[in-house]
Amino acid sequence: MRPLLAWRRRALLAALLSLCAVPVPAQQNPVRIGSTLALTGPLSATAQIHKLVGEIYVEQLNKRGGLLGRPVEWIVKDDQSKPDVARTLYEQLITADKVDLLMGPYATGAILSAMGVAQRYDKLLIHHTFGIPSLAKYDKQFPAWSLGPDPGSTVPNTVFSALAAVGKTPKTIAVVTSKFPSLHFISLGAREVAKKRGIDEVLFLEWEFGNRDFGPIAARIKDAQPDFVWVGAIGLDGNLLIDAMKKLDYTPPLHFYVYPAPGPMVQSADANGALSVSIFEDHPPLNTPPVAAEFTKTFRERAAKANLPETSVEVQAAASFTAWQMLEAAVNGTKSLDDKALAAWLKSNKVDTIQGKLRFDGPNNYGDDLMRVKQVQNGRWLIVYPPEVAAPGAKLVVK
Amino acid sequence: MTLPSATLLAQSALSGLFVGALYGLIGLGLGLSWGLLRTINLAHFAFTFAAAYLCYQLVASTGIDPLLTLLAIAPLFFALGVGLHWLVQRFDVSPLNSLLLTFGVTAIIEAAIQAIWSADFRRLESHYAQAKFKLGALFVPVPELITLVVALTLSFGLWALLKHTDLGKALRAAAQDAPIAAAFGVDQRALSLLLAGTCAALAAVAGVCLSLSFTLAPSQIYAWVGVVFAAVMMGGLGSALGPLAAGIVIGVSEALTMAVTAPSWAPIVSFTLLIALLLLRPVRT
Repeated sequence: MRPLLAWRRRALLAALLSLCAVPVPAQQNPVRIGSTLALTGPLSATAQIHKLVGEIYVEQLNKRGGLLGRPVEWIVKDDQSKPDVARTLYEQLITADKVDLLMGPYATGAILSAMGVAQRYDKLLIHHTFGIPSLAKYDKQFPAWSLGPDPGSTVPNTVFSALAAVGKTPKTIAVVTSKFPSLHFISLGAREVAKKRGIDEVLFLEWEFGNRDFGPIAARIKDAQPDFVWVGAIGLDGNLLIDAMKKLDYTPPLHFYVYPAPGPMVQSADANGALSVSIFEDHPPLNTPPVAAEFTKTFRERAAKANLPETSVEVQAAASFTAWQMLEAAVNGTKSLDDKALAAWLKSNKVDTIQGKLRFDGPNNYGDDLMRVKQVQNGRWLIVYPPEVAAPGAKLVVK
Repeated sequence: MTLPSATLLAQSALSGLFVGALYGLIGLGLGLSWGLLRTINLAHFAFTFAAAYLCYQLVASTGIDPLLTLLAIAPLFFALGVGLHWLVQRFDVSPLNSLLLTFGVTAIIEAAIQAIWSADFRRLESHYAQAKFKLGALFVPVPELITLVVALTLSFGLWALLKHTDLGKALRAAAQDAPIAAAFGVDQRALSLLLAGTCAALAAVAGVCLSLSFTLAPSQIYAWVGVVFAAVMMGGLGSALGPLAAGIVIGVSEALTMAVTAPSWAPIVSFTLLIALLLLRPVRT
């Protein structure tokens, strides 16, 4: 009986050893994705949106089984709204944290810093809202914000086409703009496009970012009496200008803001009729597909819980969600975490996202300009142009 | 180049007057603290914004008039100012180190504001937020007018107090030569705590006025530092009227620059004025 017992012991031992050879449970080996966000500092208001979206996406992704059957862990560090800090932290993420993949930070300056680091280590970098496509030279960077390669021309053309579609091509225009880099070139583009369309420029003004007193600028706009005011505004500038014009009892017939703070502007009683551009707004048909419907619902709930003043999904949240969709699609498409393979896949494939189908085979990996024209109507941002993505029944309203 | 109309110039100057009054109001407590207490209190800007947020919160949750919130906010900040200055005294912080200490306090207050109200923008809605009236061809916004009146009242009131009362004379004497002032019976320690509290309460008043006209965000704390420092330095350290006068000069100059030339030139104005003044004004001995 002894040989039999010995055989049993060996069998038991072999069975135990074979158990050890079973792949490590997924929970012990996550795919680690690293990024920074401006969690503090002047850009933190918008970065909070990206943080919330990232948390929602990773949570949903893990419920779907993660990436390549492994759970996903998102490591997010605070770059304090400083591009130099972002650069250091991306170095850390790659060299010390040894993350598998990168996700972009928020805001153009930080993205540019991260892009440099990604290039040095030959890593894929998908980013949310990079504002100057001409500077995106690295071949493994991919934009989630469908601005197109030349927004300085395409965005103004979209806006003027929207006005033309309702028979309201302005005869005169005032272009007033912040010198903030991500939008200044678009405002300069608007001047060129307006000229080509035969619109007479009656006023052109520039101010430094951080300007406090918009009274004189409002007075000059009122003095010029343009049919259409193009405001190269970012953040609060748009609200401050609307307030200043209101104090002079003046509202322009048509007024457009490049990158307004979406929440404060839509909440301002005086902003009714203000125009802007967007890739996504939380209304049909864009929020109808199941993925978008689930995301917009979850975002509204979480944003309310996080005490964010604006709880609807708009440009920032949609771009952020898109970035994660792109990363997931590339990993699933290649069945790999190899940066080179992922970049090659993105270049040669289209990705279904909540803002539409995106391609990355144009200059600097940019595809189509999917910017749509939106307008504040009764306390809501509604896309009004082009008609195929406009909110049901919504049309551009002119005072 | 077409010349701007008289109405445009006057309206712009009025706008500059109002924003200049706010520069002066924020600078009032800062200049007194710097000049009379030898404390360069960067936390003054954080106090201003913390008061603005408190005003916003009180108005949003109770619906009371924003100016009435001062009844609660001003004493609270008086106490905070006293506490901060007690620390400065306790550890015998030098003027330069006070800059570092109060910068740290500013960062803490900014983080606290962000933790409580989030980093997003907050706008106080009050019944006179959009109130305005017409004076000839000019529009006069009521919240900004309130700020101007408050700034004038406080600046002239403090000037009179410092110039014509025993308390004011004692404060100035203590600032000039504390040991000699003490020899004449001036309780320098108690007076400095009183003044520090007053400066913080002035920051609270400025904060409430700020919230009447401006949208709030934690990071905006730093947006006012440069121009208000310029107003304080132009107006003279320890002066009650100086920051207001300098603030108005800066505000009106910036506004007229914006009305006549490119608005992007406006920020150059305040610092050009400051440099010119520092170079040209008679040296005080």
